[in-house]
Amino acid sequence: MAEASVITDEMRAAIGKEWAPITVEVDKTAVRMFARAVGYTDLIYYDEQYAKSKGYRSLPAPVGFLGHPIFRPDVPSRPGHVMPFKSPYSRVLNGGTDVEYYEPICAGDVLTATAKIVDLSERTASIGPMLLVTVETTYKNQAGRMLARFRGTLIQY
Amino acid sequence: MSEQVYFEDVQEGQEIPSLTEKCTSQRLVMWAAGSGDFYQIHYDKDFAQGTGLPNCITHGALKHALVGRLLHEWVGDQGRVKRVACQYRGMDIVNQDVICRGRITKKSQQDGENIVELEVWTETAQGQKTTPGTGVVSLPSRKQ
Repeated sequence: MAEASVITDEMRAAIGKEWAPITVEVDKTAVRMFARAVGYTDLIYYDEQYAKSKGYRSLPAPVGFLGHPIFRPDVPSRPGHVMPFKSPYSRVLNGGTDVEYYEPICAGDVLTATAKIVDLSERTASIGPMLLVTVETTYKNQAGRMLARFRGTLIQY
Repeated sequence: MSEQVYFEDVQEGQEIPSLTEKCTSQRLVMWAAGSGDFYQIHYDKDFAQGTGLPNCITHGALKHALVGRLLHEWVGDQGRVKRVACQYRGMDIVNQDVICRGRITKKSQQDGENIVELEVWTETAQGQKTTPGTGVVSLPSRKQ
């Protein structure tokens, strides 16, 4: 690397430290809106009786839908977008997404999402030097069972 | 949904049916609402160009979700999508086709489940792979 590293000791110290958990809700209208945006025609995402006939508790969440944080205008609402340190760059791009399911998430679920940074790395690409921040979020239901794990890589440049 | 696919009927190296979705500005706005991602580079051309982009770009997470749909539609009612991972290596510009594809890399049995691993990706109409990744699904068996 020709440039000096932008990763400070403070940033490195944040790796592995869990952020305060947040609550996310999975509701029927949100499942339908998400499924519609992706173009699904499978009725399990739209018709609750049909979903139940296929063995689901309610409308299942399509791949990539992990509920919505409860919006409050006085609280940052998107986990993964509020870093525990000040970024040296002002612009962001999504670098990658990895979602693993252990059990289906369904409408009606209220999940606890706990995030932490698992990796920081630097790279120089066509758009210039970039910092890659990988955040892992686990989603547990009210019984404490882990239903899904999300890993997102945010590119700051 | 198409006819149910079974574990015994698929082979390593086999490509699964592709999915093509034109990511119109309307779809990107629907995605913004559905996902809660309101970053302006996806629907405001002036804003996008102000950050150095040529035009509005398709959300990476939408491409991930489309790959999820590709797998969901392939595994059918009795299959399950267990994992979808992809990297956003190349940009897809608004109003272009996103073509989702997958190829089986491994079949195995784990904890009583019939697991199929796939290489998945999206490509442009010109054949440029912009979103490489991997998928894991389970399929029903004809024996059960």
